[in-house]
Amino acid sequence: MTVAVNPSQTGEPVFYLADEHPHPEGYSTSLGFWIYLMSDCLIFAMLFAAFGVLGANYAAGPAPKDLFELPLVAVNTSMLLLSSITYGFAMLTMQQNKIAQTQMWLAITGLFGLAFIGIELSEFAHMIHEGATPQRSAFLSSFFTLVGTHGLHVSCGLIWLVTLMVQVWKFGLIEANRRRLMCLSMFWHFLDVVWIGVFTFVYLLGVLR
Amino acid sequence: MSPDLLKLIFGRLSIDSLPLHEPILVGTFVMVALGGAVLLGGVTYFRLWGYLWREWFTSVDHKRIGIMYMILGIVMLLRGFADALMMRAQQALAFGGSEGFLPAHHYDQVFTAHGVIMIFFVAMPLVTGLMNFVVPLQIGARDVSFPFLNNFSFWMTVGGAALVMASLFIGEFARTGWLAYPPLSNIGYSPDVGVDYYIWGLQVAGVGTTLSGINLICTIVKLRCPGMTMMKMPVFTWTALCTNILIVASFPVLTVVLALLTLDRYVGTNFFTNDFGGSPMMYVNLIWIWGHPEVYILVLPAFGIFSEVTSTFSGKRLFGYTSMVYATVVITILSYLVWLHHFFTMGSGASVNSFFGITTMIISIPTGAKMFNWLFTMYRGRIRFELPMLWTIAFMLTFVLGGMTGVLLAVPPADFVLHNSLFLIAHFHNVIIGGVVFGAFAGINYWFPKAFGFKLDPFWGKLSFWFWVTGFYLAFMPLYVLGLMGVTRRLRVFDDPSLQIWFVIAAIGAGLVFLGILSMLMQFAVSFLKREQLRDVTGDPWDARTLEWATSSPPPDYNFAFTPVVHDNDAWWDMKKRGYQRPLMGFKPIHMPSSTGTGVILAGLATAMGFGLIWYIWWLAAVSFIAMLAVGIGHTFNYHRDFDIPADDVIRAEDARTKLLAGAK
Amino acid sequence: MSTDTHAAHADDHHHDDGHAHSTFSGYMLGFVLSVVLTAIPFWLVMSGALPSKQITALVIMAFAVVQIVVHMIYFLHMSPKSENGWSMMALIFTIVMVVIALSGSLWVMNHLNSNMMPMHEMTGMK
Repeated sequence: MTVAVNPSQTGEPVFYLADEHPHPEGYSTSLGFWIYLMSDCLIFAMLFAAFGVLGANYAAGPAPKDLFELPLVAVNTSMLLLSSITYGFAMLTMQQNKIAQTQMWLAITGLFGLAFIGIELSEFAHMIHEGATPQRSAFLSSFFTLVGTHGLHVSCGLIWLVTLMVQVWKFGLIEANRRRLMCLSMFWHFLDVVWIGVFTFVYLLGVLR
Repeated sequence: MSPDLLKLIFGRLSIDSLPLHEPILVGTFVMVALGGAVLLGGVTYFRLWGYLWREWFTSVDHKRIGIMYMILGIVMLLRGFADALMMRAQQALAFGGSEGFLPAHHYDQVFTAHGVIMIFFVAMPLVTGLMNFVVPLQIGARDVSFPFLNNFSFWMTVGGAALVMASLFIGEFARTGWLAYPPLSNIGYSPDVGVDYYIWGLQVAGVGTTLSGINLICTIVKLRCPGMTMMKMPVFTWTALCTNILIVASFPVLTVVLALLTLDRYVGTNFFTNDFGGSPMMYVNLIWIWGHPEVYILVLPAFGIFSEVTSTFSGKRLFGYTSMVYATVVITILSYLVWLHHFFTMGSGASVNSFFGITTMIISIPTGAKMFNWLFTMYRGRIRFELPMLWTIAFMLTFVLGGMTGVLLAVPPADFVLHNSLFLIAHFHNVIIGGVVFGAFAGINYWFPKAFGFKLDPFWGKLSFWFWVTGFYLAFMPLYVLGLMGVTRRLRVFDDPSLQIWFVIAAIGAGLVFLGILSMLMQFAVSFLKREQLRDVTGDPWDARTLEWATSSPPPDYNFAFTPVVHDNDAWWDMKKRGYQRPLMGFKPIHMPSSTGTGVILAGLATAMGFGLIWYIWWLAAVSFIAMLAVGIGHTFNYHRDFDIPADDVIRAEDARTKLLAGAK
Repeated sequence: MSTDTHAAHADDHHHDDGHAHSTFSGYMLGFVLSVVLTAIPFWLVMSGALPSKQITALVIMAFAVVQIVVHMIYFLHMSPKSENGWSMMALIFTIVMVVIALSGSLWVMNHLNSNMMPMHEMTGMK
């Protein structure tokens, strides 16, 4: 980017590019998207902070031990992990320009994502059914908000995934679509990183408490 | 119609929501409606809608968006200042058994709206507008990294402002103070729509601010012209970079804290309630993690403006460029380590308070270094006392004073006495007006000729300057005195008659500031009428130093016919000194982004969604949300977002400039 | 600027997007490591294999940190070189901010609770 500029042959300083090429389309996209992810990271950090501060305020209501079923969380975690590796395969097949296979891996990723959301929703429904609603205590408010925000992100990722599959189907693996798939890849793996924090700090440490 | 159906359609909006019983509001509404009708009628009469829509509203040109931000900021300044005048008048009158002229219900909205509007919809747009306009020019770029996003960000800011303005005539605004602390702002104590207006106004605008922050960081990192290494960037660009980093690192925090408050209000969660384990103090803690960086978001670009102005009008290279850059970076980091000084009295104890007290005092070191750099730049310079320089000198005096009272407040024991007193009010107005507002005015006067091709009228400018500066001192020095005497903020009536004189002086000061604002509007009008006399055809009216002055005024859509190559900090100065010859041939087509109305539509839908959520009009919120998704996704199916300006057009524009320049000599 | 390595591109656009480094073995290695790094903490908590809760907590937090690093390297393809180091810079800055805001909030609120809640013992304050 920072091209070293030497004086031209005649020794006169060069003050402008006589022959320039415009920046390629999407030149800033991956950095921009990364910075967006960093801002999203701060959103999650603040939700973790709220959970950290309020997470032990049960208000004489249920505590993590009474609510969390670690086997279910483990299954859910594996859904997300599997979706990460299948997205990776989608990226690899994309690099080899294999549209059908890319689409297949994207679809599989979406199914794993859907399974993750389904399990999470059923977990929520179960908790609410038991009376452990978000209104019950500050602990439950912050739990539902943190985990729910993550789930909301995954849902947005799913909508995005479907959109991209349509676009790849309509326009093929053109440069713009590759770039978009790459951004979604970053988004998807980023959500996986956040989930590491969630299962460690919310579920495992919660049960341990 | 049945009440249920009405409720389904209008939520809690009813005819009673219109403040028909408040004469001040009805009067204001009549004025605004008349003014609005004249404006809209005028636009229609002169058939400007098409032009405005094509050339401005849907424009992705960073210069136009920057100018629109400035207009938004100035319009909202009038609203925010009207609130200020009402408060000063109320406090000057409400003595000796008098209740003043504002009922409590209204007064509380006024001080809340004043704070919210001045920070979010005056200071932020002015600062963002200047960065938008200037930064791409200063780094020799054609536009920002994501031009569509830039347009969208602007309209989201407008959407937030529109919601806050709507609260004036439909329902009410928050009565909680500008940060809406719970439990007061929670549903139990503020069941009306005021806090919801606050929340959704800020959320809508906040999305715009965050995205524009990401956009400008990318622009500065990726689009600098060849030769411009980080340490050759103009100081304003540096401060803009740091400010936008702060925006991206702090606005998400505001988003979260407001979202949690929203959940408390709408869903009944217990984040900030008094029962079920909630903690209102957590809100205070979180919102100041955003709130403190916010003040540096505002003031850093102002520092950048003063740096450009000082070196230009002293005719010297900026003293201590490197130290200026490092001071900016250090302030950026430190601004994240001081948030607790806003609530020393909350009770965290000695160790916490001393830590944050010390970090706060440390910030004055890099700031002081900057002050000395400006002084040394002026030292032995040939100073031209043009308007931007006048504002800069007023800033230096005023800001030092505000900084010193800030250090006073940073001492926790002193803060226990002065917390929430008028001393604090005087302090932060001292730094925000003295820093941000004076900075924005210096920037407006400095870059106006670049934006429009003619200078601003100096007579009315100087009048505005003197009214503002004397008015400021008269309005806020008494508040220091009152604060030391123990008067707290946001009071509506007073018992002690000996205090009245100070409030009267302050009110007179506010009146002078009002004259300053009027003079500024006159300045714009007079300058427009006298534009032929004030015309600058050189593109460099101040004999300035940085790259934005290398192109014409106003700059062409593409900014630079050829991307510049930079060898020095003061790139344009270097070019002038070494006999740079403007290229007259060899022009090529230039690749540029195309305009799009998607940003306006999306932001409009977001605003409608906000309105629906505020009034519990669920169908409106749902429909707007789904429409937003549809429009947003639909937009991604458009793969052709750029076009080429034909070489002929470039040649025509550049030839016109060549003729102008020849005429000037 | 790092040059693009994949052959699929006919054009010679220079852009250093993350997936320049992605390989099958990289993804698989990352996946296997993540599975192991996830399984162990779950097993530790569910079986109570370690004698003390404190130690278990510290160990699973350490595993989380390691796993985040693994994801960063193998899935997000972070490297000091991508985007001329700006990605890494943004990441480090964000981590610093997150650490400040998180630990600061916990510290501040913790002190507040111990100072302001009468039923707790007043410690350290007076």
